[in-house]
Amino acid sequence: MVATPQASTPSAWKAASRGSRSWTGWRFVGPFMAVFALVFLAPIGYSIHLSLFRTQLIGGTVFVGLDNYLKALGDPQLWAAFGRVALFLVVQVPIMLFLSLLMALAIDSGRLYGASFFRISVFLPYAVPAVVATLMWGFMYGTQFGLIADVNEVLGLSLPDPLSPGLVLTSIGNIVTWEFVGYNMLIFYSALRVVNPSLYEAAEMDGASQLRIVWAIKLPALRGALMIATIFSIIGSFQLFNEPSILKSLAPNAITTSFTPNLYAYSLSFAGQQFNYSATVAIVMGLITMIVAYVVQLRGARKGL
Amino acid sequence: MNTTRRHALLLAGALAVSLVATACGSSGQGGTEAAATRSAAMSDTDLQAALDAGGTITVSAWEPTLKQVVSGFQAKYPKVKVNLVNSGTNKDQYTALQNAIKAGSGVPDVAQIEYYALPQFALSKSVADLTAFGADKLDGTFTPGPWNSVRSGNGVYGLPMDSGPMALFYNKEVFDKHKIAVPATWEEYIAAARKLHAADPKAYITNDTGDAGFTTSMIWQAGGKPYQVDGAKVRVDFTDPGTRKFTTAWQQLVSEKLVAPITAWSDAWYKGLGDGSIATLIIGAWMPANLESGVKAGSGKWRVAPMPQWEAGGAASAENGGSSLAIPEASTNKALAYAFIKYANVDEGVQTRVDGGAFPATSAHLEAPAFQDKKFPYFGGQEVNQVLARSADQVVDGWSYLPYQVYANSVFNDTVGKAYVGGTTLQDGLKAWQDASITYAKDQGFSVQ
Repeated sequence: MVATPQASTPSAWKAASRGSRSWTGWRFVGPFMAVFALVFLAPIGYSIHLSLFRTQLIGGTVFVGLDNYLKALGDPQLWAAFGRVALFLVVQVPIMLFLSLLMALAIDSGRLYGASFFRISVFLPYAVPAVVATLMWGFMYGTQFGLIADVNEVLGLSLPDPLSPGLVLTSIGNIVTWEFVGYNMLIFYSALRVVNPSLYEAAEMDGASQLRIVWAIKLPALRGALMIATIFSIIGSFQLFNEPSILKSLAPNAITTSFTPNLYAYSLSFAGQQFNYSATVAIVMGLITMIVAYVVQLRGARKGL
Repeated sequence: MNTTRRHALLLAGALAVSLVATACGSSGQGGTEAAATRSAAMSDTDLQAALDAGGTITVSAWEPTLKQVVSGFQAKYPKVKVNLVNSGTNKDQYTALQNAIKAGSGVPDVAQIEYYALPQFALSKSVADLTAFGADKLDGTFTPGPWNSVRSGNGVYGLPMDSGPMALFYNKEVFDKHKIAVPATWEEYIAAARKLHAADPKAYITNDTGDAGFTTSMIWQAGGKPYQVDGAKVRVDFTDPGTRKFTTAWQQLVSEKLVAPITAWSDAWYKGLGDGSIATLIIGAWMPANLESGVKAGSGKWRVAPMPQWEAGGAASAENGGSSLAIPEASTNKALAYAFIKYANVDEGVQTRVDGGAFPATSAHLEAPAFQDKKFPYFGGQEVNQVLARSADQVVDGWSYLPYQVYANSVFNDTVGKAYVGGTTLQDGLKAWQDASITYAKDQGFSVQ
C-alpha cells in the first residue's frame, strides 16, 4: 500500500515533464524576469566583477582578486560611516516608529476631531521629494539667514547651529522622521483597520479599558506591520544618502565625503574615479544590510509564533 | 525611503556602464594615439581644409560668452555646425566628462577644463596633445600663468581661455563708513578685519568656510610650493615656509571668528555681498562679471585693489580659477575642434568674449588700451582691468597642481574644513589633507617622495 504510490509518483512526474511540459507560467513571468535580470541581476554581477579589479591612473587595470574586500574590511572611513548609520538606526528608527504608532492609534481611536485632515497632513511630507524636503529644512536650519537666525534675532537667543558637526546627524534624523512618520503611520493605520470590530465590542463588554484594548488587541494585530516598517527603516537607514548629500553644500565641513556608506561609495567613484573600490564598498554594505534585515525578520517571525 | 533605494540602483547602473566602458576604452586608446602621431605635421592649410569640408562638433562648456563665439564662428564658417552644451560647472563637468570618456561614447569634441583639473586629464591621456596641431608655436601669445598651466612636459593639452589673476575686491561704502584704509599688506588686512567686526558685529571682512581653490591660491601667492610633480613622481608638503605664512595669518581670522561662515556662491553669499556684511573678496579677475550679474545691490559700491602683500611694497599675485578649452582624445573630429578652440581663444573669438565681460588670457588683448581703459560703472567708473592686468604680470612662478587635484579638492573639507568648525588648526588640517593626498597617490600608482 505504502510502497506503490512512492514508486509511481516519480515516473508520473517524468512522463508529464517529458511530454507536455507547460510553458504558460514562464510566459507570464518571462517579461518580469527579463527586466529583473537586466536592471537588477546584471548590475550586481557587473559590480561584483568590478570589485575584483583595480584601475590606477598609473599602471592601468589589473585583477586583484579579493584585495579590495580586504581593504574594505580594514577601512576606518567605511566603518566610521557604518557606525554613523548604525547609530542613526538605533536612535531615529525607534523614535519615528513610536511616533507613527501613537498617531495611528490616535486616528484609529475614533476620538480625534478632524481625523482625516490630521491623517493627510501627517502623510503629506512623504509626498514631498526628499531633495526638496532637505533643501527646505536646510533653509530653516540656517544660522545666518534661515529660521534659526530669525528666531535668534527675535528672541535674543543663541541657539546652537543644527548644521555643526556635533548636531548634524540629529538634524538629519529630524528631517527623515518628518518625512517618514506619515508613511509608517499609514502602514500601521491600515493594519488596525482590518481588526474585526467585534473584538473591541467583546473587550468593552468585558469591561476592558482603552489602554487595555490597545495592549491586548491592537498591538498584537500590529506585529506584522511593525515588522515590515522596521525592515524598511533598517534598509533606509543603511542607505542614507539624499539628506546628507544635499546638506553637504550647506555644511561642507560637518558632512564629510564618507559621512554615510552610500555617500562614501558615491564620492569614491565620482570624485576619486575609484570605481572598483566603490563597487566593493557597495557590495559589502549591501551584504551587511541584507544580513541585518534577515536577522531582524527571523527574530520577529519567532516572536510572532 | 524609496528614493534612496532608487539612487543606489542608479549608482549600480552607472557602475555597470562604466565597467563595459573600461574594456572598450583600453583597447581603443592605442589606435587614437597612433592617429595623433600620424597627423603630427598638421598645418594651417590642413585646418582650413577641415573648416572648408565642414562638419559638426560638440562643445561642452559653461563659460557664458562662448555662446556669442559659437554664433560668430558659424557665421564665418557656414559649413561647420557647433553644438554648445552645458553639462554643469566645474566638478559636475569633470564627472560627466570622465564618465563619457570611460564609457567611450558621448564624448564632446571640445571641453572646458579648469587649469587645476587639466593635469589629471593630460596624465590619463584623456585629452589630446595639441602640439600635433602646432599649439606649441603659440608660445608668447598667452600670459605666462595660464600658458604654463596648459603645458606638461613637451605637450600642450589645451588652449587658455581665460585667467584669474587675483585681486582684492572691496566694498568702498563699508570701508568709508568705518574709516578703514584699504589694506596693502595681510597684516593690515587682519587689522581691518578686527576693526570692521568690532564696529559692526554683523559685518565680516570676508567669507570663508574652507575652499580648496582659495587656500591653494593663497599659498601660491605666499611663495609656497606644496606640490612637486614630475611625471609619475609626486611630492606633497604643506610644511614649507610659504604655506606657514598663510596659515599663521589666516588662522587668526578663523580663530577670532572674523570670517563669515558663509559658503561662496550660496544665496546667503550673494546677499552678504550686496548688503555690506561681506566687505571684501580675494578672488580671480573673472569676478567683475559675476558681481554685476549676481549682486545688483552692490552696484557703485565695489572697487578693486591689488592683492594684499606679505611684505610691504611687494608685488606678488597668484591665479585663482580660469579655464582652458581642451580636445578629448576620443573626439573623432580633432582638426575641426582645434580650429574652433583656436578661433575662440587666439583669434576673433577672444574679442567677442572680452566684449562680453570675460578676462582673457592673451597678452595682446590684456595690453590693448581699449581693454585697460574701460571704465566700469558698477565699480564707480574705476578702470578695473588695469589693476587686474597688472596682477596677471605678477603671478608667482613655479606653482603646480597635483595630477589628481579634482580628487584632492573633493576631500579638502573632510580635512582642512575641520579647522573652520573648531576641530583643528589650518596647519594640522593641511597635514591631514597632505596625508589623504599621499594615500591616494599611492593607491593610484604614483611614486611618492
